[in-house]
Amino acid sequence: MTDNGVDIRALAKLARLDVTNEEVAKLEQEIPSILGFVDTIQKADVPNEISQPELRNVMRADTDAIESGIHTETLLGAAPTREGDYVAVKQVITRKSN
Amino acid sequence: MDLSKLTITEARRALDAGEYTSLELTNAYLEAIRTRDADIHAYLEVWEDNAREEARAADLLIKAGKAQPLTGIPLAIKDNMLIKGRIVSAASKMLEHYRASYDAFVIEKLKAQGAVLLGRTNMDEFAMGSSTENSAYGPSKNPLDLSRVPGGSSGGSAAAVAGNLAVASLGSDTGGSIRQPASLTGLVGLKPTYGSVSRYGLIAMGSSLDQIGSFGHTVADTKVLFDATRGHDLHDSTSIADYEPSGKVPKVIGVPRSFLSQGIDPDVLEQFEKTLESLHARGYEIRDIELPNVPYSLAVYYIIMPAEVSTNLGRLDGIRYGLSVTGENIQEVYGKSRAAGFGPETRRRILVGTFVLSAGYVDAYYRRAQKVRSAIRDEFVQAFASGIDAIVTPTTPSPAFKFGAKSDPVAMYAEDVFSVPVNLAGVPAISVPNGTVEREGVRLPTGFQIIAPHMREDVLFKIGEDVERA
Repeated sequence: MTDNGVDIRALAKLARLDVTNEEVAKLEQEIPSILGFVDTIQKADVPNEISQPELRNVMRADTDAIESGIHTETLLGAAPTREGDYVAVKQVITRKSN
Repeated sequence: MDLSKLTITEARRALDAGEYTSLELTNAYLEAIRTRDADIHAYLEVWEDNAREEARAADLLIKAGKAQPLTGIPLAIKDNMLIKGRIVSAASKMLEHYRASYDAFVIEKLKAQGAVLLGRTNMDEFAMGSSTENSAYGPSKNPLDLSRVPGGSSGGSAAAVAGNLAVASLGSDTGGSIRQPASLTGLVGLKPTYGSVSRYGLIAMGSSLDQIGSFGHTVADTKVLFDATRGHDLHDSTSIADYEPSGKVPKVIGVPRSFLSQGIDPDVLEQFEKTLESLHARGYEIRDIELPNVPYSLAVYYIIMPAEVSTNLGRLDGIRYGLSVTGENIQEVYGKSRAAGFGPETRRRILVGTFVLSAGYVDAYYRRAQKVRSAIRDEFVQAFASGIDAIVTPTTPSPAFKFGAKSDPVAMYAEDVFSVPVNLAGVPAISVPNGTVEREGVRLPTGFQIIAPHMREDVLFKIGEDVERA
């Protein structure tokens, strides 16, 4: 935890990113420095409303679906591990021993 | 065959006149890459055999009189655009062996014209950086001075063209990643209107900011690539309807003086003033304008962009594709794969993005940044509505810097000070070379940035060509 309350390990956990002790020490310097810089936006004198731009990032409607199976081999071919037509993953829920 | 500063326009003329074939031209570039790219490192991979095949096919089209503007023209492609069956890595270890399962929209368009694709170019990892020093495969060098950076993130695409290792190239620009390297390597770099060129098949960085654009030796060349790649696409939900950029011929140029008051090298500013004078001499009216919230752009950008990066890169988790490191359970696979696959700057931005989106901070950072962004966009729209036809700034505060000169992240971010407002507002902009300044006995190019209203690329081309003639 840095002086201004940035908990790098908690952030890394949220971001699903393993960090080493050495990296945490470095990031504890760098990230508060970046946040200190971007905090200048608090001084901007702007209206409280957002004027909506014409374009927004949205998912397109799922129309004209492709024929099931035509891309299966290509896409599964990119997966690190597979079982049949499924992507194989490690155990998601672990039972705690004790 | 002289490849030095060869343009699309000139190559088109020579190919159509039968002065040389596309195969001969392609072979000349492949030879140039073989002899000189070991020093420049513009390319991560060169597709020799395939490029020759494409050139042969183009030669048949040219002979049959069916040439389009890019038929047989050797181009370089930034390593974040998908080409079916080819590795596309975004210069990351995460995607070192990843092969694209489809063609990006822009690649489909280039293939349809019979362009020759020479190879994929180096970049900062996932397009994050201003020097290519964040590439997992080592940096590209500035062909004008190998001890200096070519800019970034599309530094390889810039180095390829500036080093005469491709006629022109495609890059992507999220906060200046085309305009800044163009400025640092003496090229023209175009970032079109947000939504005008589909990002389908572009590896996403900051989705509300990302735009594909082009590098060339001339304004005319960037226009040829823009015309070849733009158009509505159902596969990109932010793609806008087809339009023809046109309207009133630009006459009034706005200069946001107070925004230019600090942080620019004096000789870069002097070069900028000279260009303004020459435009005035050509009949343009130069008017000082105020854009009060634009100076907050860099801070706004370094909140919104990492927020979008942390979200977009969430999909790279060692499960469906890309690098996967095994672990005891799925959480370990995620954590280890992402740690092994992402470089330091990418990790930093993911963590900053996670912070500004986290409960307790999202209002003060992300939502606040959205409000300031909205005000910035409105300021551009209002300036253009008030009789200003274009807004100009230097592209970067200083010329190409030396490797390692900006190891502090915030110092590196300052490279983007004049380019990011454009992405926040979604307007089009171009960087055009406007002279040189001297550093340690070497003449280094500077860039002149022209910003136009939404969908008015014609304004950029008109003023840009006047800057070229100056």
